[in-house]
Amino acid sequence: MSPIRTALTSALTSEVTGGIGTSPRRPDGNLKVRGEFAYASDLWHEDMVWGATLRSPHPHARIVSVDLTEAIRVPGVRAVLTHEDVPGLNRYGLERKDQPVLAEGVVRYQGEPVALVAADHPETARRAMRRVKVAYEVLEPVVDVETAAGAAPLHPGGNLLRHVPVRRGDQAATAAVVVTGRYEVGMQDQAFLGPESGLAVPAEDGGVDLYVATQWLHVDREQVARALGMPEDKVRLTLSGVGGAFGGREDLSMQVHACLLALRTGRPVKMVYNREESFYGHVHRHPAVLHYEHGADRTGKLSYVKAKIYLDGGAYASSTGAVVANAATLGIGPYEVDNVTVDAWGLYTNNPPCGAMRGFGAVQAAFAYESQMDRLAAELGLHPVELRLRNAMAEGSVMPTGQLVDSAAPVARLLELVRDKPLPPPSGALDLRDMPGGVANTTHGEGVVRGVGYAVGIKNICFSEGYDDYSTARVRLQVVNGEPVAQAHTAACEVGQGLVTVVQQIVRTELGVRRVAILPMDTTIGDGGSTSASRQTYVTGGAVKAACAAVRAELAAMAGTEDLSEVDLAELLGDRVVDRTAEYRHRRTEPIAPVTGQGNAHVQYGFAAHRAVVDVDTELGLVKVVRLDCAQDVGRALNPQAVVGQIQGGSAQGLGLAVMEEIRTSGGRVRNPSFTDYLIPTTLDMPPMGVDVLELADPNAPYGVRGVGEPPTISSTPAIVAAIRAATGLALTRVPVRPEHITGT
Amino acid sequence: MDFLRPDTLAEALALKAEHPDAVPIAGGTDVMVELNFDHRRPAALLDLTRVAELRQWSERAGVVRLGSGVPYARVIDELGGALPGLAAASRTVGSPQIRNRGTVGGNLGAASPAGDAHPVLLTVDAVVEAVSARGTRLIPATEFYLGVKRNALEPDELIAAVLIPRARGPQQFCKVGTRNAMVIAVCSFAIALHPAAARVAAAIGSAAPTPRRASAAEEFLSGELTAADQWRSPRPLPEPVRRRFGELVAEAASPIDDVRGTAAYRGHALAVLARRALGWAWQDYQDHRDRWGGSV
Ligand SMILES: Cc1cc2nc3c(=O)[nH]c(=O)nc-3n(C[C@H](O)[C@H](O)[C@H](O)COP(=O)(O)OP(=O)(O)OC[C@H]3O[C@@H](n4cnc5c(N)ncnc54)[C@H](O)[C@@H]3O)c2cc1C
Repeated sequence: MSPIRTALTSALTSEVTGGIGTSPRRPDGNLKVRGEFAYASDLWHEDMVWGATLRSPHPHARIVSVDLTEAIRVPGVRAVLTHEDVPGLNRYGLERKDQPVLAEGVVRYQGEPVALVAADHPETARRAMRRVKVAYEVLEPVVDVETAAGAAPLHPGGNLLRHVPVRRGDQAATAAVVVTGRYEVGMQDQAFLGPESGLAVPAEDGGVDLYVATQWLHVDREQVARALGMPEDKVRLTLSGVGGAFGGREDLSMQVHACLLALRTGRPVKMVYNREESFYGHVHRHPAVLHYEHGADRTGKLSYVKAKIYLDGGAYASSTGAVVANAATLGIGPYEVDNVTVDAWGLYTNNPPCGAMRGFGAVQAAFAYESQMDRLAAELGLHPVELRLRNAMAEGSVMPTGQLVDSAAPVARLLELVRDKPLPPPSGALDLRDMPGGVANTTHGEGVVRGVGYAVGIKNICFSEGYDDYSTARVRLQVVNGEPVAQAHTAACEVGQGLVTVVQQIVRTELGVRRVAILPMDTTIGDGGSTSASRQTYVTGGAVKAACAAVRAELAAMAGTEDLSEVDLAELLGDRVVDRTAEYRHRRTEPIAPVTGQGNAHVQYGFAAHRAVVDVDTELGLVKVVRLDCAQDVGRALNPQAVVGQIQGGSAQGLGLAVMEEIRTSGGRVRNPSFTDYLIPTTLDMPPMGVDVLELADPNAPYGVRGVGEPPTISSTPAIVAAIRAATGLALTRVPVRPEHITGT
Repeated sequence: MDFLRPDTLAEALALKAEHPDAVPIAGGTDVMVELNFDHRRPAALLDLTRVAELRQWSERAGVVRLGSGVPYARVIDELGGALPGLAAASRTVGSPQIRNRGTVGGNLGAASPAGDAHPVLLTVDAVVEAVSARGTRLIPATEFYLGVKRNALEPDELIAAVLIPRARGPQQFCKVGTRNAMVIAVCSFAIALHPAAARVAAAIGSAAPTPRRASAAEEFLSGELTAADQWRSPRPLPEPVRRRFGELVAEAASPIDDVRGTAAYRGHALAVLARRALGWAWQDYQDHRDRWGGSV
């Protein structure tokens, strides 16, 4: 299997120096740059056949009948399956098992899988798929999130998925200055470049081996095994090359489908979505409607915040519950407020299912609370940063949930850092690339107004609400060609973020070896947890560190001394192999109290602040972000270059949400399932960034790290919109901001 | 699917006559997208990339004969002086990769209302040289676009070249998209001043079922310029004239609401683009009247 070879050889031939705190090259970097890295879509097996998925064209319909006759007759077709062929439980889901593997009786979103085909050629599979005759009785779709709770129930138990109230202090507090607002966040897509894909190989023991691009091998396995009606040890997963994830691979896509087809046909089955199918094949960021009321005294000190947040979960639950909890508990932002009334609701509708995406509930809330802070600053005649400084939380502050913030929370310093950076000079001689509209030549300066905006955000790091969140790592040390070589094995998914680099760095630092091979990530080792919630460097990094400590203890015993600095490891080891496995758990959290929202629900908080400088063509409504500066505390930068990369990437994704990225739906139907019309920022949209990285160690975390990946996505969007407001004077209560919102046409 | 690979234009024409259903493929940046999305399933593809005649341009008697297979990147690099409007439009097409592959011939073949070359071709008296085994037919650009993605080619015809007079006056192209690069036009606008003929040409894209000229706007402006003797002694254009011109350009559109923009926004944006582009073109004429021959 080529991906396995790739991982091993690349690790063995990659750079051999660089412990923590340095920025060695990624072990997979050269392959990726050369286009030789094997992504899941490159998987290949002799004798393999191809799977295809028939999807519902309707957002909501009853399935009256399914006729497979014509499809089965197509020469080259190996199997055509429906829900009746699912041997185990025809339901899966990260939080609730509410999503059918294949639709049963009803479809609840456009693109819901209804039937599967396996054929000798992908083309044949697609053609046969079109011959499956499904008779639908179209039903009225539920599409409005604010009224969904009272609409016809889409699931037993109704359309309310979760309600998280947070109550703190005086619920009847009043204030001298009050600002209110209603805000909307459109549906953003993760827009990862590698489409969903994988290869399922039937095994001799009746089980199945699945090679797949995913974010969490063990939870995939649990769900696949349940759907197949098999014990988990019969389902073995290996991570294949992942082309980005951003939350979009936390839920199952083709995993069960490929396994079903492989077990039915007795042949390896490959499935790869094309770009359009990918838009239907994964969850998106929850669109939201948010109502806020901020009360403050005349000095700008916040007296109270009230919020009602509606998050559209779409047809199935996915991780909506956790997204709702984040929006509620982080809903007022990184500010100290004594009196808080927040309600967040997650609802079922017939819109596309929504789940995890970088920022996870914190993004939606931040757009609203930061817009409110700007409104309040304007009302009080204060500089937007000054108002924030007067309310900024700090280490020792108490969250609206009652949780004490017990490590660094340098909110004020982050704001001051971005505020005090020099501003870019006004655009000089005409270079169209610097203009809103770029080389499309829409302005030579006419109508262009500059604006500056600020924002700061807060994100919980790692899994919350009492979840037993851990990772497992195995480190093995032996002498190869006269040199000690370590192997590190985890099930923690490398999705492009660079975990493999960090794991190598940790092993080099802890064991003092040069060569560290990263073994393929698979389910032969214990759970690595999800590559999400900015948690892998923290949790899997912690597990690797712990496994190294166990190896060191063994070496110390062998050497008869704790101090290994003078010991020649090759000599000490000889033919012996030291092999240790360790689990790492972060400190425990608590569930959120259902009525008051109180509880120590979160492990760690991450903070970032942005200043955006934009040029807006006020007549055409086009925006050029001129500069986007960020300051973030990362606890400890294990790999400084990767940290800055995360900050730049996260900021770019926030820029996308601010000015262009939205899955547009109409009556539950997706109107732009392609990169022609779902626009993401290009290199000409993303400005230069000044990045300040603070390293204020968290004493509770391995090496003091603080999760890096998500915070920059959160404050980027509201900072850019604030800058557009500053340039235009418009209220702009919805993201993404479209040209017609600015021109009013 | 058959893949026909002629080496010469004569061979290509013979093949096209024999297989009128064969879909020509030049850069493939439209064709491959359609195949990929399964929007089209032709019996045969006629690969034109080996036909050297199509990948050349020449200039004779002030007219550039642009082979249909010359990619945008070469239009930008080699023809910026002779065909400034087309070069400007070419710069806005897709990404460097697309500009290396995509061709003006392909843009004409696809005849998308959003194709960026079209508004320019409509303003510069371009003529499409259509060839078939039966002979050559010259089709003015103004008669080439028949409907959404429909053009005036007969089934056995190929586009050999586009004949475009060297610019004799300022030309501008501008396009609105919701991203600063690599974007399909929400709407676009081209203007060409023809001082020798005391005439202005203006056209719009992505704002009607076909790219089209904005005739009322052209007539209004040409009239104003002549009446005020502006061609001979150019002076700054009064704001009301530029504004009225913009409004008339917008009125030439019959835009729709779609996922890329609203009809109202398209109309508004066209008026702004037209007003601005006219300002730039006129400033250029004022500043460089000598260069443009100013021979009225
Ligand atoms: C990512 C991307 C971005 C794009 N961005 C833009 C953009 O910004 N602006 C824009 O206008 N377009 C854009 N396009 C569309 C496309 O690149 C252009 O229309 C381009 O001009 C097509 O040229 P081609 O040579 O690739 O055509 P092909 O795809 O080869 O052909 C296009 C059509 O023309 C026909 N054809 C080609 N040559 C001839 C010939 N000699 N005689 C008769 N018929 C012929 C073909 O049969 C086909 O119908 C984009 C496409 C992509 C994939």
